[in-house]
Amino acid sequence: MQQFPCPFCGLRDETEFHFAAEAGKVRPDTAGAEISSEAWAKYLYFQRNPKGATREIWMHTTCREFFILERDTVTMEVTGAQALREDEEA
Amino acid sequence: MHSYALQAFVSEPLKPIIDTVAFSPSYGIYFSQSDKGGLVIGGGLDRVPSYGQRGNTPLQDQVLGGLVEFAPVLAQVKLLRHWGGIVDVSPDSSPLIGPSPVPGLYVNCGWGTGGFKAIPAGGFLFAHLLANDQHHSVSRPFDLGRFESGFLVDEGAASGIAH
Repeated sequence: MQQFPCPFCGLRDETEFHFAAEAGKVRPDTAGAEISSEAWAKYLYFQRNPKGATREIWMHTTCREFFILERDTVTMEVTGAQALREDEEA
Repeated sequence: MHSYALQAFVSEPLKPIIDTVAFSPSYGIYFSQSDKGGLVIGGGLDRVPSYGQRGNTPLQDQVLGGLVEFAPVLAQVKLLRHWGGIVDVSPDSSPLIGPSPVPGLYVNCGWGTGGFKAIPAGGFLFAHLLANDQHHSVSRPFDLGRFESGFLVDEGAASGIAH
């Protein structure tokens, strides 16, 4: 059983965590002009799916907080975890 | 597309006990017996996207625990080997068949956990696409354009599988 670090709760079993999305995606700004189907498809469905170092958004399902998890998709080594906003860090 | 490890297990050889595939969505497992007597056991995908070809332990607990609940007679059976293969899962768990954005390059991928069973049909449709430079009517819904049109092919929902 691998343990993942939650920025708020510390190290917990991997089964307490849920993968949400790749980090760094920006939702199309719907306040301005009409959004093309291509832009929505890119935001909703297209992933980088990197082999190696990656930054992802995960949820710690017991405290219900989303956060950034940095890890390696080949070695499964976790290299960092941080709150989505720095001022939220415990 | 996300890549996940899909794990499978093979037991020590046993005398014949089952001549079909036993599958339980509730327990999240399936098993069958090879001609050499080994049980072939599998279940769902790992929950962590990965290219590491070994699989993680919580899924081993889930699959082997489910197997023993489903078929308690197998509780004492020893495993011979186990492995994790990487499968590419698309947003709607259906394969991608069709022309790519690069002229002359066609894709036939994203089969997730279903490739071995479906590729005889998938190969036929792909050959039709290569020979005619247009889709067979059966493969057209699997075109990359479905992510822009919104006409997803939700195979996961249709078959009740867990991904």
